[in-house]
Amino acid sequence: MTFDINVIRDQLPAIASGAGVTVLIWVVGTIAAAVIGFFVAVGRRFGGFLLDKVLGFIVAVLRGTPFLIQIFLVYYGGPFIGLNLDPLPAGLIGISIYGAAYYSEIFRSGFLAVPKGHIEAGECVGLTQSQIIRRILLPEMTMLVLPPSLNMAVLLMKETAVLSIITVPELTATLSAIGAQQYAFVEALTVLALFYWILVEITGRLGHLVETKLTRFRFFNA
Amino acid sequence: MSIKLFELLLYASIYTVAISVVSILIGFAIAILLSGMLLSKKRLFITPAQIFISFFRGVPLLVQLLLIYNMLPAIGLNVPSIVAAIVGLSLCTAAYQAENMRGGFASVPVGLIESAEMVGLTPGQIFRRIKAPIALRLTFPALVNEAILILKASSLVSVVGVIELTRMAQDLAGSTFLPLQIFAAAGLIYLVINWIVALAGDFIERSLPGVPR
Repeated sequence: MTFDINVIRDQLPAIASGAGVTVLIWVVGTIAAAVIGFFVAVGRRFGGFLLDKVLGFIVAVLRGTPFLIQIFLVYYGGPFIGLNLDPLPAGLIGISIYGAAYYSEIFRSGFLAVPKGHIEAGECVGLTQSQIIRRILLPEMTMLVLPPSLNMAVLLMKETAVLSIITVPELTATLSAIGAQQYAFVEALTVLALFYWILVEITGRLGHLVETKLTRFRFFNA
Repeated sequence: MSIKLFELLLYASIYTVAISVVSILIGFAIAILLSGMLLSKKRLFITPAQIFISFFRGVPLLVQLLLIYNMLPAIGLNVPSIVAAIVGLSLCTAAYQAENMRGGFASVPVGLIESAEMVGLTPGQIFRRIKAPIALRLTFPALVNEAILILKASSLVSVVGVIELTRMAQDLAGSTFLPLQIFAAAGLIYLVINWIVALAGDFIERSLPGVPR
């Protein structure tokens, strides 16, 4: 077994581009997932019985099936219903919707954790529903949902590697291709694993730091 | 989509279930060892366990599978892809299960252990009769969760060429030009399997004795 790091050094521009795509999908996908997830949670809480059931069913399906199957359905099944997507947008949409299902559950439990009395008090002083959401629910639950949200962001980053299977030019696809072309799997995959490991560790530590710095902003202990 | 295609998917799902069950059991055994190392209070044991857990939780499962699948031949071990798949899934789930177990052992009420010491149980007896049953009872819901995660994650072993549910769906979708129906059917099978696991988990949990405080 040989380990020749020059194989990797020669391909640095391609690797940097792959890493860029990974980080782009991760950041954009996570933000989109959190935003969609928030609206799903609001819809389930305030949209009435039927909307709650329909959204609940969709969330259960998204959480009960593998991400890979969902991606295949969109990417290979899409063209049959007139949805012709390039790998990158297909991957971005896929990860946003997949993540949104999990984020909606995080926000839903965040809503449930806010004491009923606070909401009733808001209703008593005549706040509208959107004011209650913006002024009471959102600020009070932010600190509660922060740890699981950061955890989910890390999970989504690891999930982006799956997009290499539908040929999204992110880091896993780039380095696997380099490994295959140069017959240097060991070198390419070691670099690949190290990249994710370091990124996950940094994100995890930063998240932990943010959590401990912000605990004083908690409205109540739940 | 014909019945024949659905039968093929069902047949392939046996592999999905088998691979997942074997991996969870092997992972469970490794996790016992890892959580023991974490709780040993000796740096010599704690640090390797921490690095192991950090690595397998920090690197995407797909990358782990690619690593194992390509690394084993590079160090002269030629194993069938299904073995590489099981090794990858087991190591990954071991890291997650070890964290759960450590939490379970840490939440065994101290009072119970102290009373066990008072009545003269040996450390071995305390572990077998008090700590282990309570810790396992406490981590049971997390174990069911992990089982569902692994069932879904097992779809990734299709990449190293194991013919399980996802790979079968991929092959059939390619040969029949019915990707929508076939991937939807595969998704449905995953959903039903996970639903059964969740129901069974709930049932078993309710029949287990509660944990004294």
